[in-house]
Amino acid sequence: MIATQDMHLVDYRNAQALRYVPTRNGFGEGLVEAARRDPQVLALCADLVESTRMQPFRDAFPARFIELGVHEQMLVAMAAGLASVGKVPFIASYAMFCPGRAWEQVRTTMCLNEANVKIAGAHAGVSVGPDGATHQAIEDIAIMRCIPNMTVLVPCDAVQTRKATLAAAQLDGPVYVRFGREKSAVVTTDATPFDVGTAQIFRDGNDVAIVACGILVYNALVAADELAQEDGIECLVLNNHSVKPMDTASVVDAARRCGVVVTVEEHQVAGGMGSAVAELLAERHPVPMQFVGVRDRFGQSGAPEELIELYGMGAASIKAAVRSAVQRKGR
Amino acid sequence: MRLEPKRRIELERTANAVRQSIIESLVAAGSGHSAGSLDMADVFTALYFEVMRHNPKRPDWEERDRLLLSAGHICPVRYAAMAHAGYFPLEELLTLRKLGTRLQGHPERTRLESLETTSGPLGEGLAQGVGMAYGAKLDGKGFRVFVVTSDAEHQAGLHWEAAMVGGKYHLEKLISIVDRNFIQIDGGTEEVMPLEPFRAKYEAFGWEVRECNGNDMEDVVSTLRAALEATGKPQAIIAHTIPGKGVSFMENDFTWHGKPPKRDEAERALAELRQAAEKIGSAA
Repeated sequence: MIATQDMHLVDYRNAQALRYVPTRNGFGEGLVEAARRDPQVLALCADLVESTRMQPFRDAFPARFIELGVHEQMLVAMAAGLASVGKVPFIASYAMFCPGRAWEQVRTTMCLNEANVKIAGAHAGVSVGPDGATHQAIEDIAIMRCIPNMTVLVPCDAVQTRKATLAAAQLDGPVYVRFGREKSAVVTTDATPFDVGTAQIFRDGNDVAIVACGILVYNALVAADELAQEDGIECLVLNNHSVKPMDTASVVDAARRCGVVVTVEEHQVAGGMGSAVAELLAERHPVPMQFVGVRDRFGQSGAPEELIELYGMGAASIKAAVRSAVQRKGR
Repeated sequence: MRLEPKRRIELERTANAVRQSIIESLVAAGSGHSAGSLDMADVFTALYFEVMRHNPKRPDWEERDRLLLSAGHICPVRYAAMAHAGYFPLEELLTLRKLGTRLQGHPERTRLESLETTSGPLGEGLAQGVGMAYGAKLDGKGFRVFVVTSDAEHQAGLHWEAAMVGGKYHLEKLISIVDRNFIQIDGGTEEVMPLEPFRAKYEAFGWEVRECNGNDMEDVVSTLRAALEATGKPQAIIAHTIPGKGVSFMENDFTWHGKPPKRDEAERALAELRQAAEKIGSAA
């Protein structure tokens, strides 16, 4: 476990210090950097080069870029073939289409076959916004984490997405990196550590453990500060970016210290990161839990922040969940 | 270039032995796919014993030709051909589909590392073959990629995604060999979901197409060689086969697609195959 002061976070309480950058930009930067480090890194895209941020890679390494058109199943299976001859292929589409459309290919050709393929799932979550439900992947963590051999990373901001992309390139095996479309608050810095399988305490506290991933980590931090001011509740905020393998020691320790857990993710409550935490705690250290996420509904068109609020994932909803958790703890 | 008569007879005898091994492994397993396994014995024999560059003692040799069995359910023919080629002992064929075996009911590369892929879900092999052939082209490597497909798996959308990509990138060292036996689980392919005009479909996707009698060794070998010499386009070979080939009561009967022979049926099948083996070469 790493102490909060070693996280080298941005002074996120200071509006002047806060930058808003789409997490997908971090993927684009990380991919170019990974390709500079390893000549075997390739990139394959299914007609979404600009919006998945593969463009800088295509410009820098045109011979290592493969355009497949609207072929999401092909994206996965072809990449598995490339991996078998020594390549490190990154494949990118909207998470709804890859892995969404290509699940069986991910299971058979990547995971069962232990192929060294990296899936970049862009436009995950309802924060995709106006494109609506068809394009808002909110089931992808569930369908990826249940497959043996798959690593699932859900970085919290653009800087961390860059690091997750580099980490994915270095891991030997199938990896899913999930990120979003919309600008979101950057809370980490270049100095913030990042290791697959190591959760990060972004805020310390002993009353309630908020275990979050993705862009909602920032909302969790905001909620935690407001709860401290308004109710005197001190929350521990754990950035659980590594959904699989999960940092079981840190999650169990947070549950033990606080006695109650609230999970926060931009995903269906069913099967997501919170479910993974519940599976762990039910066996190792059962405590009351509240889940912040989408509750068995589809998304719809709207502004990203409107949808986050409407589907119960804004700071106000997190605060409500924490207050409920505190009540259950007191019983 | 025709095969030397002596060589052709050797290959035909090997194909017959492969068929006998298929029957033996299927009856020992008690489940599995008979018809397609038997009808592709000549193609697999031609590949492993005449056409492919490979080394059973060095299955990880980087320059080896890649052979992908997309239609994973006919793996008994691949396992039998591999065993006869020296990849593993013939006795291991009797472990097919049993707990702890390397010879899974559908092939798994991580359990039998001399395979190139894990396969079974149909329509996926060509896509992976495209990846391998693309990688070889990128690195200037000379190996060829053979993908054995069933005719019915050409009903799967992914297969045609792969065909489209192969055509776009002119992957001339990629060869799709189609087991055109006209059967699938639910009946004849043209009743279940018509595939014709088969040849025109591949040609429309930018492939060069050849057809052969997939149960005639001479024709199979010469067609494979012609495809290997061709340039500029990916290559398809439509191998016309008789499902269940070599066992009279299985031939052309779709009900043998997905079941193994019972013990007495296996004895009859083996007797027929032994009889046929004795006749090989006598007409030459």
